[in-house]
Amino acid sequence: MHTKENTKPMKHQSKSETQIDQKAVTENPEHRSFHKNLSNLDIKTVYTPDDIKDLAYDVDLGPPGGFPFVRGVHPTMYRGRLWTMRQFAGFGSAEETNKRYHYLLNHGETGLSVAFDYPTLYGYDSDHPLARGEFGKCGVAISSLVDMELLFHNIPLDKITTSMTINGPAAIIWAMYIANAENQGISKNKLGGTIQNDILKEYIAQKSYIFPPEPSMRLIIDTFEYGCKHVPKWNTISISGYHIREAGSTAVQELAFTLADGLEYVKAAVKRGLDIDAFAPRLSFFFNAHNDFFEEIAKYRAARRIWANEMRRLGAKNPRSLWMRFHTQTAGCSLTAQQPEINIVRVTMQGLAAVLGGTQSLHTNSMDEALALPSEKAVRIALRTQQIIAEETGVTNTVDPLGGSYYVEWLTDTMEEETYKYFERIEQLGGVIPAIEKSFFQREIADSAYRYQKEIEERKRVIVGVNRYKLEDDLGIPLLQMDEKGEERQIHRLQKLRKDRDNSAVHRHLTDLRKAAEGTENLMPHLLSCVHSYATLGETCGVLREVFGEYKESAIF
Amino acid sequence: MEKKIRVLVAKPGLDGHDRGAKIVARALRDAGMEVIYTGLHQTAEQIVNTAIQEDVDVIGLSLLSGAHMTLFLDVASMLREKQIDDVLIVGGGIIPEEDIPRLKKAGIAEVFGPGTPVETIVTFVKQNVKR
Repeated sequence: MHTKENTKPMKHQSKSETQIDQKAVTENPEHRSFHKNLSNLDIKTVYTPDDIKDLAYDVDLGPPGGFPFVRGVHPTMYRGRLWTMRQFAGFGSAEETNKRYHYLLNHGETGLSVAFDYPTLYGYDSDHPLARGEFGKCGVAISSLVDMELLFHNIPLDKITTSMTINGPAAIIWAMYIANAENQGISKNKLGGTIQNDILKEYIAQKSYIFPPEPSMRLIIDTFEYGCKHVPKWNTISISGYHIREAGSTAVQELAFTLADGLEYVKAAVKRGLDIDAFAPRLSFFFNAHNDFFEEIAKYRAARRIWANEMRRLGAKNPRSLWMRFHTQTAGCSLTAQQPEINIVRVTMQGLAAVLGGTQSLHTNSMDEALALPSEKAVRIALRTQQIIAEETGVTNTVDPLGGSYYVEWLTDTMEEETYKYFERIEQLGGVIPAIEKSFFQREIADSAYRYQKEIEERKRVIVGVNRYKLEDDLGIPLLQMDEKGEERQIHRLQKLRKDRDNSAVHRHLTDLRKAAEGTENLMPHLLSCVHSYATLGETCGVLREVFGEYKESAIF
Repeated sequence: MEKKIRVLVAKPGLDGHDRGAKIVARALRDAGMEVIYTGLHQTAEQIVNTAIQEDVDVIGLSLLSGAHMTLFLDVASMLREKQIDDVLIVGGGIIPEEDIPRLKKAGIAEVFGPGTPVETIVTFVKQNVKR
């Protein structure tokens, strides 16, 4: 612990950067000339109390579970409850994915996470012309409530929490999840889970947007409002840095852009007239865990401090409104197609960073994900990796074990400072949405991605198996094979549904939805009526497309 | 002065992963080529039409969604239908090894997987451009 009092006497015992014994450097010259972390910050040989002399424990760190929550949002963290082991999964048809969910749950997974295929992410049914070639490739295809029923067959929705990576059509897919539970007699207020529902990072990085910003923000605030009232245990958004990072940003950019997005949603909801302390406790976050171990840990710690301070500044009083709770996924972009087995080691260290950073839930990538969607064996090893971290390493015994480390605290402070610099630049551009429209984030990310690639090619950064320690004959591993009949079955099911359902009810509900969308009322009750009547995703989203229009980005590189 | 190689970097289908495409586009530009980037969500038809309008020498297709066996092949066959045979087509993304022979047979000259140095792509394009 470093309170202002106890740093003083230690000051004189430490050697700062300039005092490094030059003889030692001469005897053992540094074997690398490049000591920058992934945010391009220069890292010193050693950190000392001098580097954190302004850090005041009570103000800047606080106890675990206490403001500003740097050390974690819960007083006992993993001693009380482990993080949720939540593997992102989905491929092919709903039946195939349901089997995978049962497999994962049988092997000790503690939460579900749905990956949807591209047509679903864009609100198209599986038989839409633009869905050509994409069925079930990147996730599971969900075109109607029928598919949702199959996806969660024999899974107790009142006992398990489900995270769904869905953005443009998030409100519709959420309505399907709720409708499925209701049909099983499970009340909405018992449902726990998360919809990603973060459109700002779609424009910035992941790019599966549908509507322009204004109606998109309206839909999101509709879900906030509906969630507070009717689905109180649901996280109505997962404000995501993961995809920003995957698109090539640095850790600092991931942190800054994600938090800027988060604050934008809060401001939009407050502007709608929602009580900040009613919706803020249901805001959740999602971060990447990349290769630079300490940088990632510092990032999570800084994120909690910035969020708590900013939320307090915006008037939040409920302590839960100040909590940054987040999910972590290890960095997909760090996986190598070369020597895929060594990805297990990368994932282990990334997962450990997430745990040392206090994550609430974790997805560990499978070794084969630079090649295909994960096979059963690969995903089982990924899950076992988390179980080893949780059960064998002892890291769960104490909260925030790196708290007080000169380096980690310095890095936490520095990332916070860098984040505020970005906040200022975004403000100068007129806020997050104008900055998106000016391609500010997109350009920043592309610049970082290109710089990182060049550093690899210049061998300033070593990627084992890629630019060093290569194998001449790289050994392949068996990949997931999907059911080739899945698409046919899905399209048949969809066509049968369109014939068998009460089409006059579908028409009526879609017409009501259109009227509501043209006005200002909350769309969630209308979306629920549509999906309950088995209107398809494409039909429901199609109405909104007609009313709201579609977003087109300006292509830059 | 020697004519610059003109390249169309294209993102077919619904895939939003544009990191690789943008890096390759910049690298080709830095290597002295003229690069046009289609942006996201292009149909095969849009890509072929842009290639014709822009009179490009090379089409670089990037796809990480797994739909390459449909969409790469669509682009290749559409070019064949239009009897365009002097445009070099290359592809990249998450492409399993076993798919590569069929792609090559269809006219995709080379497929670049994850971890490929951009220099390899630049060199390949320079050496194999058809006009």
